[in-house]
Amino acid sequence: MQVLDGLTARIPAGVSSLVGPSGSGKSTVLRLLNRLADPDSGAVRYRGEDVRDVDALGLRREVMLVPQQPALLEGTVADNVEFAASLAGRSVSEAGVEALLGHAGLDPSFADRDGLRLSVGEKQRAMLARALALEPRVLLLDEPTSALDGEARDAIEATIAMLASELDVSIVLVTHDIEQARRLASWIVRVEAGHSIGEGCAEELLRA
Amino acid sequence: MTVGIDLSLGQVAASLVLVLIAVAISRRSHADLEADMGIAVLRSFVQLTAIGYVIQVIFDDGSLALVLALLVVMVGFGTLTARGRARKVPSPTLPLLVALSIAAVSTVGLVVALGIFEPEARYLVPVGGMVIGNAMTASAVALNRLGDEFTQAAPQIEATLALGATASQASRPQVRNALRSGTIALVDSTKTTGLIFFPGTMVGMLLAGAEPIDAVRLQLILLWVLLGAVAISALVSTTLAYRGFFTDAQQLRDPPPP
Repeated sequence: MQVLDGLTARIPAGVSSLVGPSGSGKSTVLRLLNRLADPDSGAVRYRGEDVRDVDALGLRREVMLVPQQPALLEGTVADNVEFAASLAGRSVSEAGVEALLGHAGLDPSFADRDGLRLSVGEKQRAMLARALALEPRVLLLDEPTSALDGEARDAIEATIAMLASELDVSIVLVTHDIEQARRLASWIVRVEAGHSIGEGCAEELLRA
Repeated sequence: MTVGIDLSLGQVAASLVLVLIAVAISRRSHADLEADMGIAVLRSFVQLTAIGYVIQVIFDDGSLALVLALLVVMVGFGTLTARGRARKVPSPTLPLLVALSIAAVSTVGLVVALGIFEPEARYLVPVGGMVIGNAMTASAVALNRLGDEFTQAAPQIEATLALGATASQASRPQVRNALRSGTIALVDSTKTTGLIFFPGTMVGMLLAGAEPIDAVRLQLILLWVLLGAVAISALVSTTLAYRGFFTDAQQLRDPPPP
């Protein structure tokens, strides 16, 4: 099945957003960016280098995808965070876990909670904390608020803004919600039916 | 221990009486077991009779080359049968072939090396057949489960890959579950052996007039060899087969639906 066709886009550092209706291929772009999939033709470049020429595992730790469907491993939230850190050969202290939970907007008490018994919004935050344990340079967030109500959505959006400004993490946000892209992103790529139909600074592009 | 038991074909046929009763009950209660039971009886008769003649030829000939050929054929059939249960696994044939071969070679090699059996067809054929059969079942169950686990846990596996985990790290829980389900039946039957279940070798030896303690010793050897060989075959088949779900770039070949 062909999902993307002749899509060309440039994504600068900072907060960018891929905006488009569901099924337009936005999630597939994220999967190409951290090599969970490869394009049949064409290339994906990260910092000027074809992603197929770099070590896939190293790339994924640097350009990290947080998928739309939260999928934690069995165990507590702390277990999940520690597992992620261990992949890079690091260990995290209890205080370290709590700090990561804080960055993801979770209370320290979540460390000992069973990851599989959280609400969807809490799981998404735990996924984010787990990803942050690897200190990525780029976070690829796939519809991080699609399953959330207004209040939870505002909280995640505040977290995203904080990550970009305080931790200096670049963010690529996939969303179907143009308003959300406008609130968070400084660069926007509009995707429709597998094509890019425009990219630019948020104000310019969305004014048009 | 070679006390002769002479059986006529009539006696063999008469032993079907319980099956006939079961068929009658099945018909009355519309349980639809008749056809399957009929096929099972027919196939067991044809297959066992055929293998009986084959083994007779091999025993009479006494050559180890024929024994080896028979074991190779058993491994081949075992691989094909188990492959049918592993439909969701991308390329199951080689893992199964390697697993069953290792089980057969290690078991037969061990019982000969330890001097438990002489390297003769009379011993190697039944021991080899028993191990290959059990290894086939365990590997088939394990790979069947592995396929289900990968289908069900694809989102979790991919989310773990996205953290920079290797294929092996990302699928560890699924491989472990598959391995457990492949070996649990034999582990459980080994645990309860002698309490609620008498294993076949012991039953056969007792029926043939052997001393109980001899029957027990041989049974223990076979149980333990079997347990080890079956666990190894489940381990080898799952360890080789899980790789088929991933590309060289540690991507899932069959990613979860969006």
